[in-house]
Amino acid sequence: MVKTSTILSISIGILLIIGGVWVGQNVDLLPVDASTNAPVYDELFKVLFSIGTILFVGITGLVIYSLIKFRRRPGDSGDGQPIEGNLPLEIFWTAVPAIVILFVGIYSYDIYDRMGGMQPLSNNAHNHHEMSTQQRLWGGIGSGSVSSSTPGEEEPIPIEVTAMQFAFLFHYPKGDIISGELHVPTGHPITMRMESKDVIHAFWVPEFRLKQDVIPGQPTILNFTPTKPGRYPIICAELCGPYHGGMRSTVVVEGMDEYQEWFNKNSKTVETTA
Amino acid sequence: MTIAIPPDRNDSSKSLQPKGWLKYFSFSLDHKVIGIQYLVCGFIFYLIGGGLASAIRIELTSPLSDFMARDVYNQVLTLHGTIMIFLWIVPVVNGAFGNYLIPFYVGARDMAFPRLNAVAFWLIPPAGLMLISSYFITGAAQSGWTAYPPLSISTPAAGQIIWILSVLLLGGSSIFGGINFIATIIKLRRPGLKLLQLPMYCWAMLGTSILVVLSTPVLAGTLILLSFDIVAHTGFFNPTLGGNVIVYQHLFWFYSHPAVYIMVLPAFGLVSEIIPVHCRKPLFGYITMVYSIMAIVLLGLVVWAHHMFTSGTPPWMRLFFTIATAFIAVPTGIKFFNWVATLWGGKISLNSAILFSCGFIINFVLGGITGVALAQVPFDVHVHDTYFVVAHFHYIVYGGSVFVIFSSIYHWYPKFTGKLLNEKLGQLHFLLTFIGFNLCFAPQHWLGLNGMPRRVAEYDPQFQLINQISSVGALIMAISTIPFLWNVVYSAIRGPKSGDNPWRALTPEWLTSSPPPVENWIGEAPLVTQPYGYGTHRNENEDLSSNEAGNVREQS
Repeated sequence: MVKTSTILSISIGILLIIGGVWVGQNVDLLPVDASTNAPVYDELFKVLFSIGTILFVGITGLVIYSLIKFRRRPGDSGDGQPIEGNLPLEIFWTAVPAIVILFVGIYSYDIYDRMGGMQPLSNNAHNHHEMSTQQRLWGGIGSGSVSSSTPGEEEPIPIEVTAMQFAFLFHYPKGDIISGELHVPTGHPITMRMESKDVIHAFWVPEFRLKQDVIPGQPTILNFTPTKPGRYPIICAELCGPYHGGMRSTVVVEGMDEYQEWFNKNSKTVETTA
Repeated sequence: MTIAIPPDRNDSSKSLQPKGWLKYFSFSLDHKVIGIQYLVCGFIFYLIGGGLASAIRIELTSPLSDFMARDVYNQVLTLHGTIMIFLWIVPVVNGAFGNYLIPFYVGARDMAFPRLNAVAFWLIPPAGLMLISSYFITGAAQSGWTAYPPLSISTPAAGQIIWILSVLLLGGSSIFGGINFIATIIKLRRPGLKLLQLPMYCWAMLGTSILVVLSTPVLAGTLILLSFDIVAHTGFFNPTLGGNVIVYQHLFWFYSHPAVYIMVLPAFGLVSEIIPVHCRKPLFGYITMVYSIMAIVLLGLVVWAHHMFTSGTPPWMRLFFTIATAFIAVPTGIKFFNWVATLWGGKISLNSAILFSCGFIINFVLGGITGVALAQVPFDVHVHDTYFVVAHFHYIVYGGSVFVIFSSIYHWYPKFTGKLLNEKLGQLHFLLTFIGFNLCFAPQHWLGLNGMPRRVAEYDPQFQLINQISSVGALIMAISTIPFLWNVVYSAIRGPKSGDNPWRALTPEWLTSSPPPVENWIGEAPLVTQPYGYGTHRNENEDLSSNEAGNVREQS
């Protein structure tokens, strides 16, 4: 009898794990991935979703099973078994979550590193000016990825972002363009230096899986490389006043030729860009 | 054996206390009266906060800002958050049940400082009234319950200042309560009662009170500095005067993350009292439960910056706070496995109390899983400040703490009143709450992942359908309070008598009459060294001798 129940519970456990992994791999809850950052993010999401499904279904199943199996029958006013603890079991369910947490932590560290979150900002050539004036810059995810790029790669396009109640302004220093819409070419690294004029805002593009607060008196850096052409929303994600919900803009990801066309049309300086 | 604390017959102030229902409106020193005052007062604020939540859900049934003015919407969400945290969950899971139960559990006749206790309660109604009245006078605060500067400095000052004053009063009340609980648990224990024989709620309240006493003063100091920035134009957090807005966030979350544990740890304690009674089994793994509470207290103090992953924090800091936050899942997980193990092999009465407790376990596991995900920096940068976070923390504080509050009311109502609640209405209440809650908040995970930020009155039209489903869930939650209110009021007047110990529980509060006399026990306080001794031989003998209701046990 004991043997069959052991076999049964082990096979239910294996089924649960296989089911959880399958669900995690096939889940489709996220918007389009439109930056180099996004597929890496989605990988992490799938792993977390698998682990979450296994734990949630497992514990919920145990609770519901207990409520049905061990419900008090009418007329029975006795007590249950006086079991006050079980050391091996306790060690087991301390160790398993600890291992899972450790695995998730190391895995997400790896993801974070691949997103470029761990590089120190001081290596970034573009920040030298700021560094010399002793103003500290704080970066978000991807803040260091530009510095890690190999010398053969293209120079990132610098853009200065100003946020205010209730709009974003994008300044392209190269062509001295000020635009309300962000235009970026596909496959080209972008480096944005962001600062707010009034209160805290946040720059969020769900399709890029990137968000960084835009802070008054504290410039922040956000780097990314768009991959898929399209028009995606830029959303302010930090409560900034009555029109917070309306503080949106658009990022236009387009081919290099279209971007160059837009750039030349709006550029105020003499045609010097390459 | 000697009498633990002699009944104090010389204290004339006790006899000056009003009798009957009037005592609930008086400056009563009786810990049981104060507990009920906290509970009822908290529930009234819950109804107000719930009304505000309904207003938010009505606004969000359409993608346009069309139900109320935009600044009013921000006032409503600020008031909703502040009321639910500071006037409903914190006072009820700590103040209400703590005051009622802790003196029983340690075998005392009252709390260590009865007058301080009454002061702590009577700070709450004026603070709450002040907060709500600010809406009608000048417009309430509109910078969210987090009150991040510079927004809180640039929005209308009067509402923000009233908000700060009332949160300071509520924080003061919380600190008084915390000191009182620590003193009572450590110093007022009945002689012969060891710390490791105390019911689990005492440990939860000890841990919570340590968090309250360590972290609430930091919030108070921060808000005082913020008020200087608003009224005296100092520049602590004002960037135009050289201040730093990130410093505010560090100081704010140094309190406000532990505040989550201040709302959740007492709930863990209450569940640990309720489940063994209705399963007729000892609490599984008492010692590991105690250690995990203390581990949560320690870790809870060093995780605050996970609220600031997108604010601009150095990489090492992000790494440290990710690891610390994720590791809270280990002691928390131990507690959940222990509760499931307590259920396992028991004889579970499927009543409203156990249903709400099991609903809590299921909801909180989901909230915990999304919490571990949110602790990971790369995951958080996408969903931070979105509806994903809104869903996550409602699973923690509503699916967690509020479900436990309802479970506790079903469990201790006979103790409070000597009457039984209607079980059928209780189960209807559970069903409506559980379905409504999950329908309201589960879809919000998807909203956040797909691009809907929190605290907005208008949104992308593609999210309309899911928002309407969520609003239907909120409507069901609102309806669920009707059977509950009817049940509580009707049963208090017409409910059947419960007897002293309807659950045949072994924890000390049930070993006196229901409702208990003014100083808790007619004679000496009983020495309860095994509050969870169900199924042991000793307990069966005791049960038989004390069973006056005539439930003859057929078990051999």
